[in-house]
Amino acid sequence: MYRKADLSPILEELDATEGLDGLQAVSIGLRDALEIDHIVYHWVDSAGEQYGCGTYPADWIQRYIDKEYLRVDPVIVGCFQRFHPVDWKAVDWSGKAARVFLADALKNGVGNQGYSIPVRGPSGQFALFTANHNCSDEEWSEFKETYGHDLILIAHYFNRKALDFEENRSPQPVRALSPREVDALTFLALGYSRAQVAHSLSISEHTLRVYIESARFKLGALNTTHAIAKALSQGLIVM
Amino acid sequence: MLRYLYADQLHQHRDLARAMFQDRADQFKTRLGWEVSVDENGEERDQYDALNPLYVIWENAEGGHGGSMRFLPTTGPVMVNDIFGHLTGGAPICSPLIWECTRFCLSRDADSRVAAALMLGGGEIMTGFGIKHFAGVFDARMVRIYKAIGSSPEILGSEGEGRDRISVGLWEFTEEARNKVATRADIPLDLSRLWFTRAFGSTGQHRFAQTA
Repeated sequence: MYRKADLSPILEELDATEGLDGLQAVSIGLRDALEIDHIVYHWVDSAGEQYGCGTYPADWIQRYIDKEYLRVDPVIVGCFQRFHPVDWKAVDWSGKAARVFLADALKNGVGNQGYSIPVRGPSGQFALFTANHNCSDEEWSEFKETYGHDLILIAHYFNRKALDFEENRSPQPVRALSPREVDALTFLALGYSRAQVAHSLSISEHTLRVYIESARFKLGALNTTHAIAKALSQGLIVM
Repeated sequence: MLRYLYADQLHQHRDLARAMFQDRADQFKTRLGWEVSVDENGEERDQYDALNPLYVIWENAEGGHGGSMRFLPTTGPVMVNDIFGHLTGGAPICSPLIWECTRFCLSRDADSRVAAALMLGGGEIMTGFGIKHFAGVFDARMVRIYKAIGSSPEILGSEGEGRDRISVGLWEFTEEARNKVATRADIPLDLSRLWFTRAFGSTGQHRFAQTA
């Protein structure tokens, strides 16, 4: 098991981002922190508009558009209308067009390993967040073991941010914490153990974990410590 | 065998899908008397079936429907928040690491192994996709069935009395629970995993560590 990088600074950067250029910078920062070849965020809406950011070489992105690879890319085909994360090894590469596409991608600097997380947004909006790298199956498996959950969360945080930038879109309601979530985070911030918090709130530790999980997602955090720090800094909990 | 099918794949298994929606009508309307809508073909569907959910279906040896359940991520519209939000302790459940499991249905002639097989399928989803919890809506009878197969949810809230009681609950899935339901279902773990990997691609699906 290799050392896990602290991704909270990247998430802070993502929070502070105010435009699509910022998302580009965050994807570079994330790639560097993860020490992999590429991070790619790719948005497709119901009207077929696409937008992307990430670290693929500019030549490859242009080629992808020119060749209309969106139509044959089996990762897109395999993830569209889905909500489970997809390892590229589980994608159907058997068709001729898919094989040609793969060979071209590898030649143009795309790694052989990929892990893509589909995100379903409102009104048919769909996005795909991908971690890509060139390595052995064993290394890749270890990478996913270490960062799988984080990547699923970050994929959604990226999409949330991208939706915020969309024009003509009614602003999302503020993600306020529920009273129960405030109580749970406050006790945790005071240094109570999970067992003590659960006892104080008259709920089980299992239920507590679900409250924390939801609060963490609302706050755009990767772990409980990070969630508490964000709740404190935003004045959502007071000590 | 266990099948994992998104709604847009059901057309490849028309008879199985029809039987699932008919068995749902039989369970939820005829037997439980829930206010669900049943169409002229005797099939029960609700608005969540239109969101391209993932179904886990037990297909029996004759190709018929033995039982099924339905999954959606809690980041989108889900029953536990939209309809039963008052039972979850005042906080909407929302995380890509928590999926909703609803319409847990067993056909009339399903034996006790079917419920266990479905739970085993739920466990495959958790380990295969890195899901940490399921949140679900279920009726009073299911509480006993879940208990019998060794996979009881933790109940967050309930309403109604007796057989009309509806509950919202949470599942986690430990390795231990997984072995227990596999034994109850009389399905080797390797076979269950094979069905899962076959449904979601050839090889190499990552297994998430089962830690909170």
